[in-house]
Amino acid sequence: MSNSQLTPGIVPGRLPAESYIKNFGDLEPLLDRHEALVAADRCYFCHDAPCITACPTSIDIPLFIRQIATGTAEAAAQTIWDQNILGGMCARVCPTEQLCEEVCVREVAEGKPVEIGRLQRFATDRVMAAGVHPFTRAAPSGNRVAVVGAGPAGLACAHRLAMHGHEVTILERRPKAGGLNEYGIASYKAPDDFAAHEVDWLLKIGGITVKTGVELGRDVTLDALRKDYDAVFLGIGLGGVNDLRVEGETLEGVRDAVDFIAELRQQPDKAKLGIGRHVVVIGGGMTAVDAAVQSRLLGAETVTIVYRRGKDRMSASLHEQEHATQTGVRIIYNAAPVAIRGEGRVSEVEFAYTQDGPEGLVTLAEHFTLAADQVFKAIGQTLLAPAGMAADKKLPERLADNLWAGGDCTETGEDLTVTAVAQGRDAAEAIHAAIMGAKV
Amino acid sequence: MANLATNFIGIKSPNPFWLASAPPTDKEYNVRRAYEAGWGGVVWKTLGSEGPPVVNVNGPRYGAVWGADRRLLGLNNIELITDRPLEVNLREIKSVKRDYKDRALIISLMVPCDEDSWIDILKRIEDTEADGVELNFGCPHGMAERGMGSAVGQVPEYIEMVTRWVKTHSRMPCIVKLTPNISDVRKPAEAAKRGGADAVSLINTVNSITSVNLDSFSPEPMIDGKGSHGGYCGPAVKPIALNMVAEIARNPETHGLPISGIGGVTTWRDAAEFMALGAGNVQVCTAAMTYGFKVVEEMISGLSQYLDEKEMTSTADLVGKAVPNVTDWQFLNLNYVTKARIDQEACIKCGRCFAACEDTSHQAISMSEDRVFEVMDDECVACNLCVNVCPVEDCITMIELPRGEMDTRTGERVGDYANWTTHPNNPGATAAE
Ligand SMILES: Cc1cc2nc3c(=O)[nH]c(=O)nc-3n(C[C@H](O)[C@H](O)[C@H](O)COP(=O)(O)OP(=O)(O)OC[C@H]3O[C@@H](n4cnc5c(N)ncnc54)[C@H](O)[C@@H]3O)c2cc1C
Ligand SMILES: Cc1cc2nc3c(=O)[nH]c(=O)nc-3n(C[C@H](O)[C@H](O)[C@H](O)COP(=O)(O)O)c2cc1C
Ligand code: SF4
Repeated sequence: MSNSQLTPGIVPGRLPAESYIKNFGDLEPLLDRHEALVAADRCYFCHDAPCITACPTSIDIPLFIRQIATGTAEAAAQTIWDQNILGGMCARVCPTEQLCEEVCVREVAEGKPVEIGRLQRFATDRVMAAGVHPFTRAAPSGNRVAVVGAGPAGLACAHRLAMHGHEVTILERRPKAGGLNEYGIASYKAPDDFAAHEVDWLLKIGGITVKTGVELGRDVTLDALRKDYDAVFLGIGLGGVNDLRVEGETLEGVRDAVDFIAELRQQPDKAKLGIGRHVVVIGGGMTAVDAAVQSRLLGAETVTIVYRRGKDRMSASLHEQEHATQTGVRIIYNAAPVAIRGEGRVSEVEFAYTQDGPEGLVTLAEHFTLAADQVFKAIGQTLLAPAGMAADKKLPERLADNLWAGGDCTETGEDLTVTAVAQGRDAAEAIHAAIMGAKV
Repeated sequence: MANLATNFIGIKSPNPFWLASAPPTDKEYNVRRAYEAGWGGVVWKTLGSEGPPVVNVNGPRYGAVWGADRRLLGLNNIELITDRPLEVNLREIKSVKRDYKDRALIISLMVPCDEDSWIDILKRIEDTEADGVELNFGCPHGMAERGMGSAVGQVPEYIEMVTRWVKTHSRMPCIVKLTPNISDVRKPAEAAKRGGADAVSLINTVNSITSVNLDSFSPEPMIDGKGSHGGYCGPAVKPIALNMVAEIARNPETHGLPISGIGGVTTWRDAAEFMALGAGNVQVCTAAMTYGFKVVEEMISGLSQYLDEKEMTSTADLVGKAVPNVTDWQFLNLNYVTKARIDQEACIKCGRCFAACEDTSHQAISMSEDRVFEVMDDECVACNLCVNVCPVEDCITMIELPRGEMDTRTGERVGDYANWTTHPNNPGATAAE
């Protein structure tokens, strides 16, 4: 193939082979032992530490850092997993700059937080690499729980239930478990098939059966599940995407960013993926940033994110935005699409400038046009209720006596892996309490 | 620029920084380079008697204690005195001294505890033109078992006896190097003085085991599965050394006896502290072993900057400055009342002061919902722990209550100077007013 960055249209192999390896390798490499000791030494072991409060799973951060500092990464990993069984993935994908590291007293004081995320990865990676799974199950309770969706929420829920001695069956419609860890997270945040390895590792606890290719609503009904199991947990994430509702949305070359990312994640040879010469991404969240950055990494000549509001309203953190611009992505704020044009396939997108005021978003008269071979829509995901289930809005955490929900699909979800884990874990505790309470 | 030239018991050197008797001073090659690097003087690695030299272990001889970023905090060694033939050392000493007449060159000695051995060694070193001798009564390992080193240094009578032999059979200035492995350092210093010593130097290394290998269950450094205690030195021993220097400096029996300060000197500041406590100069070993000879440049520039800032023209102005302020606990002013103050601007809200005071001190710091930490004067005993654990320099300070002010903790006004000797709670109080 002799494609280059300048080849028009959507084509694969725009870059030399070695570029793909570099571009999709580890963004932030693992700390070595000495680096970890030095990084750990910076922690002040704060009293009632703000970082713990900021962590959605409330990991005892100063404790695990001190355990690293004293040469016991195993104990540190245990501290992390006690609260967050997907601590390995969270160490890679959490926007720590908006969570624990944002409130670290050293960030507040010096603008340089303790590197909590990287330290967490240091501890969890070491122990996972050694093949150790330090949890065992309580005596079998005789109860069976169905978990729908093998994303972070479902997995965390299943692990905690299994630990309490319950038998868990996970139903997952995709061919692989992991949810967006497997199909969504940017490749360079968790390379080397980490999501799949983490699922395998998590399942080592035993007592969890994963049935992939099984869709609630298509292959099994909710009523049947509720009848067959002592409790049901829904961790189905957000299966739908919002439409732009502008003319030209169905032209060839216009695509949902999440679909594109899922395909990208599943393609081991990134050189085989087609990408446009000029890519336009519409949206302002983590999905928009990931689609844009990875388009650049695949060799697109120009990539532009267009977001309808200002920089500080963008839900992707400043750190993420910076990462995008450093990769060569241009971000245009305060502009919304009015039309997508092209002869059968997209060639340009027209935008109107906007103003975000007290009366809401106002579209201005000034327009501009961007050339585009490919357009990614990343303007938010919606709950796609399983067939037979009425749900026009996100779910509450408890829907009925024996029916719980957690993660992105709930109204309390935050579109964060770590929050999904916390909700899955807490739902498991609630289910456990309910089942055991009903017994006595 | 302040003049760093010093005259220590008649021995002149361009600055007060000498290399202590140890590996850095073991041979001509090192010593020449040390002088070139700027060291004011050198105490040659300890020589033994004529005859087959001692042997060292052939496995690791050093152990260490590190900070998180591998900063060397303490070093420990099981090395003996020089393991090179006496004639070689003497030839080299003579050769170096001839080329560096402006630098101090002291020969460290350790021979068996009989007069003939000392007469013999003193005769042999006579024509090296060295500036003086240092008697190594300090080495805590290997030599002590043979009745030398700290085995002598721990018995004041021996120190006095050997020192007297040396002063009788040699006209060289004589420094007696003391071991810290005793309970009262004043006793050996007094003995050295009685024996006629011109000065004492201290400290030699502290008996120690730096760490234990928790897999092989042997002390480090490990030699074939075993370890033995070694001598501890470096930054970690400085507080011990400072106290011992001060004890000798303020003891009426030894007050005014010149002291060469040793133990953990790593920067100009350490040197200045030793000198303020009465040391006429300092000797350095671990800092040179850690960073190389070049460190002396920082010591020289730092000390002269400090002397300039204090408007002192020579090191003599500094020596002993702090000695009058070293006193016994019983004479401390019990009416000196301070309270901790937290600078809210500087506070980073880590809460360490709170944890420390609440859990282990006097419950005198309050913590609000939004993490504001404040000192409660009516509980604060001014222990200083919060200051010590606070990661931010000068965030917590001690503020003195002026005389006449109410101390809300005791409900009493701050009075005039009064110490324990007159305190009503003291059964042996002299005259409580
Ligand atoms: C592109 C992208 C990048 C992201 N990057 C980050 C990031 O860097 N950091 C971060 O913290 N968060 C990130 N997120 C958000 C994060 O991935 C989610 O918040 C998290 O995965 C939510 O977990 P979940 O278990 O609730 O849902 P999901 O991960 O979506 O898992 C839901 C699972 O349920 C399955 N399912 C759905 N319906 C059914 C059904 N009817 N029957 C059976 N199975 C079903 C799905 O196939 C899926 O496997 C990103 C999201 C996207 C889209
Ligand atoms: C490896 C080593 C060998 C030493 N050998 C001697 C010696 O032969 N004679 C001696 O008087 N002191 C010896 N010492 C002690 C040093 O001279 C010095 O008193 C001690 O290390 C404290 O100073 P420092 O903290 O600057 O190292 C030795 C120290 C070390 C580390
Ligand atoms: S806030 Fe920062 S310094 Fe304090 S405990 Fe947490 S990681 Fe350590």
